[in-house]
Amino acid sequence: MLRVEGLRKSYSTPQGSVPVLRGVDFTLAAGASLALTGESGSGKSTLLHLVGALDDADSGEVVLDGVALTQMSEHARAALRREKIGIVFQQFNLIPSLTVAENLGFQARLAGRYDAAWQDELAHRLGLAALAARYPEELSGGQQQRVAIGRALAVRPKLLLADEPTGNLDEASGDNVMTLALDLVAATGCAFLMATHSERLAARLQRRVRLESGLLATQ
Amino acid sequence: MRQTLWTLAALISHWRRRPGNLATLVLGLAVATALWSGVQALNAQARMSYDAATAAISGGGARTLVAARGGLFDQDLFVKLRRAGVDVSPVLEGAARIGDQNIRIIGVEPVSLPRASPIAHQRKRADVLEDFFSGEGRAFAAPQTLRRLALAEGARPQTERGRQLPPLAALAEAPPGAIVVDIGVAQRLLDRPGKLSRLIIAEDAAIDAERIKHVAAGALRLVAADDESELARLTDSFHLNLTAFGFLAFLVGLFIVHAAYGLAFEQRLPTLRTLRALGVAPPNLVVAMACEIAVLTLIAGGAGVIGGYAIAQALLPDVAKSLESLYGAQISESLSLDLRWLLSGLVMAGAGAALAAASGFAKTLRLPPLSVARPIAWRAEHHRYLRRQGALAILALVAAACAYGFGDGLASGFAIIGCSLLAAALFLPVALAGALALGERLARRPLARWFFADGRQEISGLSLALMALLVALAANIGVGGMVEGFRQTFTRWLDARLVAEIYFEAATPADARDIEAWMRTQPDISAILPVWRAKTRIGAWPVEIVGMTPHETYAANFPLMEAADDVWTALYAEDAVLVSEQLARRLGVGLGAMIDIPASTQDWRARIAGIFPDYGNPKGQLRIDHEKLKRYFDDASGVHYGLRVAFDATARVIDDMQRRFDGRIARIIDQSELKRLSTDVFERTFAVTAALNMLTLIVSGVALFASLLTLSDMRQARIAPVWALGATRRELAGLEMIRVLGFAAVAAVCATPLGLFMSWCLVAIVNVAAFGWRLPFHMFPSQWLVVFLLALCAAFLAALIPVARLARAAPTDLLEVFSNER
Repeated sequence: MLRVEGLRKSYSTPQGSVPVLRGVDFTLAAGASLALTGESGSGKSTLLHLVGALDDADSGEVVLDGVALTQMSEHARAALRREKIGIVFQQFNLIPSLTVAENLGFQARLAGRYDAAWQDELAHRLGLAALAARYPEELSGGQQQRVAIGRALAVRPKLLLADEPTGNLDEASGDNVMTLALDLVAATGCAFLMATHSERLAARLQRRVRLESGLLATQ
Repeated sequence: MRQTLWTLAALISHWRRRPGNLATLVLGLAVATALWSGVQALNAQARMSYDAATAAISGGGARTLVAARGGLFDQDLFVKLRRAGVDVSPVLEGAARIGDQNIRIIGVEPVSLPRASPIAHQRKRADVLEDFFSGEGRAFAAPQTLRRLALAEGARPQTERGRQLPPLAALAEAPPGAIVVDIGVAQRLLDRPGKLSRLIIAEDAAIDAERIKHVAAGALRLVAADDESELARLTDSFHLNLTAFGFLAFLVGLFIVHAAYGLAFEQRLPTLRTLRALGVAPPNLVVAMACEIAVLTLIAGGAGVIGGYAIAQALLPDVAKSLESLYGAQISESLSLDLRWLLSGLVMAGAGAALAAASGFAKTLRLPPLSVARPIAWRAEHHRYLRRQGALAILALVAAACAYGFGDGLASGFAIIGCSLLAAALFLPVALAGALALGERLARRPLARWFFADGRQEISGLSLALMALLVALAANIGVGGMVEGFRQTFTRWLDARLVAEIYFEAATPADARDIEAWMRTQPDISAILPVWRAKTRIGAWPVEIVGMTPHETYAANFPLMEAADDVWTALYAEDAVLVSEQLARRLGVGLGAMIDIPASTQDWRARIAGIFPDYGNPKGQLRIDHEKLKRYFDDASGVHYGLRVAFDATARVIDDMQRRFDGRIARIIDQSELKRLSTDVFERTFAVTAALNMLTLIVSGVALFASLLTLSDMRQARIAPVWALGATRRELAGLEMIRVLGFAAVAAVCATPLGLFMSWCLVAIVNVAAFGWRLPFHMFPSQWLVVFLLALCAAFLAALIPVARLARAAPTDLLEVFSNER
C-alpha cells in the first residue's frame, strides 16, 4: 500500500540547513496500522506531511498505491489527497463556517464520493448525530477531533494519516477518540499511520517505529 | 467543476457566519460604484442632450455650413447656394427668455430639413405641416420644456423683447429647452431679420466644396458630421472635472472593498489551507474565489448602479443649471439612460472588485497547504509589508515628478495629483509604524509599551482604511481650499467688473437709441456705458468682442492681470485690445503681441495692451474701443448698456425706465442683483463638487468603521492575554479609542500639506489646462482645523461600537480565546 524509501528532508534556517529526515524507509500494507513515535521536533510531522503529499522531500521516494508521489504534478498530488488520503491534524483544521454535518461530508463531496448513508453511520458511531447543526466553535476539543476523523474517513481513503490526533485532548477524551478511530479504520480496511509522542497510544497500533536522529528504529 | 462548486460553497459559508463583514464588502463596492456611475450618468445625460439637440434638427450625421468668423450670416448666402444647386436647409438659433426661464429659439425650414432629422419626420403628418405654415403657425416644444415653462399647449407667451410666440404645441422630438418655429418667425422673435446661424447639408447629399467656397466667397466654413460640436468641446473640461471627482470617490470606495476583502482573506486563511490540505488545487481555489467575486459584483454593482441613478437624479438640477449658466447648454432634467451606462457601471464594479481581490488571488496561488507555526513571523511579514509600501510610495512619487516634468495639460495635472495622493497614502503606514516604534522606545510603563507595540501589529489591518481617510481629508483640504480661494477671488473680481449700478438690454437697436437719447436728459444718470458685443473666431476659438467707452470707470476699476504702461490711451487712441486670460493662453500670446482679428467689415490687426481675468467664460473675449467696434463690426448688437447712477437713485431710475419703456427693454437689473445671480451660478457650479467631497469623506469614515468592526474579533485574541494579566476592560477600551484617534490625527496632519499641494495643482495646472484661467493660491488654516476635527469625529464614531463591545465584553468571552487555543 505504502512504501517509503530513503526519504530525506532538511529545513533552511538563518543558522544553516537542518536535516530532519536522513533516509527513512518503511512500508505499510493495506489494513495495517503503524505508530510513529519520537520526541518533540524529531520529524514525525514532517514525515507525515511528506507521505500525505503536503510537502516535498529533498530526495527519496514515497509510493502510495503503486504511484510515486515525487513524480506527480501539483494537480495530481491534490487529487491524491482528495481521493485516497484522509488526514487528521492535531489542530483539527475544521472549516469554521461549515456545520458539523457539512464538515463531515466536505472531503467526500470534493472527491465525488459522498455517501449519505456512510456519513450518517460515521456520525452515529462518532457520537456526532446530535451535533450535526452546530459549528466547530461550539464544540469541545474532543468533539472537534471526532468531526475531523469523520471527515477523513467519509471519503473511504486508502490511507489515514493522523498527526498527534490526541495532542490537544485530555487523556480520557484522547482514549475515546483513539478507540473510535481504530474501530472505523478496521471497518474501512484502510492503512493507518499515526504520529504520536504517547507510547501508551502507540501501543494500541499493530506496529511501532521510533524516529531518532532522522532515522527510523523499529520497536 | 465539482471541486470548484464545493470550494465556492465553503468560501461563501464564511459570509454566512460574518454577515457584518459581507455587508461591509457589499456596501463598499456599492458606494464606490454609485459615486462613479452617478457622475457618469450626469456626464452621459449632458452629452446625450447635446447630441439630441444637434440631431433633432440636422439628423446627427449631417454636415453644416457656419459663418467662417462665427456668429450669424446673411440669408442671401442660402439663396445663392440653392440657386447654385447646393441642397441646404437654413437654421437660425438664438437665446430668449420667457418669464424667468432661458429658452433656445430654433427656426427651421421644415420642407428642406434632411430626411434623417426627427423633426423632418413630421413632414409625413400633414396636420403638423399645415399648422406650421398656416394661420398663426406653431411653436413646438418638448413636453418637459412646456412643464419647465409652466405653460400649456395653445399658450402664446412673450419673450423678454415683447415678441409673441405662435401657439405652443408639444412635440416629443423637439430638443430639450428649445422651441422650434418657422425660420421667419424665429427671425422676428430674435430680432434678426434676414440672418441665419447655419445651413444643414443632408448626410447623403453630394457636396462640392469648391462650388460652395466660390458661391459663399469664403464667408462660410464646412463643419464635418463627426466634428465635436462646439458645445461639447466647450463643456469637455467641466465633464472631465466631474469624472475626476467621480474617479477619486470610486477609488476611496475601493479602499473599503480592498480592506474588507483583505481582512476576509486573513480570516479565511486557515480555511484556505484546509481546503488545500483536503486536495483542492490552487487554480480551482482561485476560480472559486473569482466566482465569489463575480456574484458579489453583480449584487453590489447592481445596488451601486441604482444608487448612482439616485445620486445623478439628485445632482442633475444643479448640474443642468451650471451648464446653462456657464455655457448656455440645455440639459434635460429627467434622466434617461441606456443599457451601456448600466453595463459600464457593472464593469467598473467588477474591475474594482477584481483589483481589490487581486493580491488575495496571488497569495492563494502561492499558498502552501501547510502553515508553519512561527509565533513571531508577523514581525518579519510586517517589515516586508512596510518596505513594500515604502518602495511603492517612492515609485508613485517618481511617477508624479515625471508627470510634472514631462507632462502637459489636464491629463498630466490629474496624474500629478493622483500619483501624489497614492504616494502619500502608501507612505502613511510607514510613517505610523515609525511613530509607534519611537513611542515604544520612549515608553516606560508596561501598558504604554504594549500600547505602542500592539499598535504596530494593528497597522496592516487598518492601513487601507486610514489611507482612504488620508485621501478623503486631503481632497477636502485641496478642493475646499481651491473653491474657497476661487470664491474670494471671484467676489473681488465681480466687484471690480460690475461697477455700473444698472445694466440693461434694449429690445432692438432702435429702442436702444431712443432710450439712450432719454438717458442723456436724466440728471441721476452720470454716465452711459454702451457694452455692445460682436462675435468672431480666432483660430479654432469662438471669441466675444466687447466695446468699451473711454470713461474713468474702466481705468479705475477694470481688473487687469498684465498691462502696458499706456494701456488705456493705447486702447482708445491706437489699434490695441485687451485680451482675456484664457484666450491669451489658448492663442499662446502675451502682452505686446500682435493679433489678427477677423471682423465683419475688414480684418483688423491690433496690439495686446492688457490681459484681464474673465472667470467663468468658456469663450475668449476681446475688449476694444467702442468706436472701433462700430467701425469693424457693423453687426455688433447695439442693445447692451451699463449706467453709472447715484446709489440712492438706482431703484428710481429702474422704475422710471420700466414705466417709460415697457416692452422696449428686454432686461434691466441692478448691480447687487446681478452680483447675486452671478454668485448663485458660482455656488451651483461647486455644489456638485461639495456634495462629492462630503460623500467621499463619509465613505472613508465608513471604511474605517468597517475595518475596526471586522478587526474587533481578531483584536479580542490580542487583548485577552493583557486583560488576563491585570488590565481592566475599561482601560483597554480607552487605549483602543486613543489609538484610533491617534491614527486619525496622524492621517489628518499628513493630509494638510498633501491637501495644500493638491490645491496648488488644481489652481496652477488643472484649472489652467481645463478653463484657461489661473487663480491665486490661498491657504485657509481654519479649514485645516475643521478637517482635523472632522477626522477625529469620523474616527471616534467609527471606533465607538467596537470599543464599546470591548468595554462590555464578558469575562467568559475573553476566556474563550484561551480555551480555543487548547
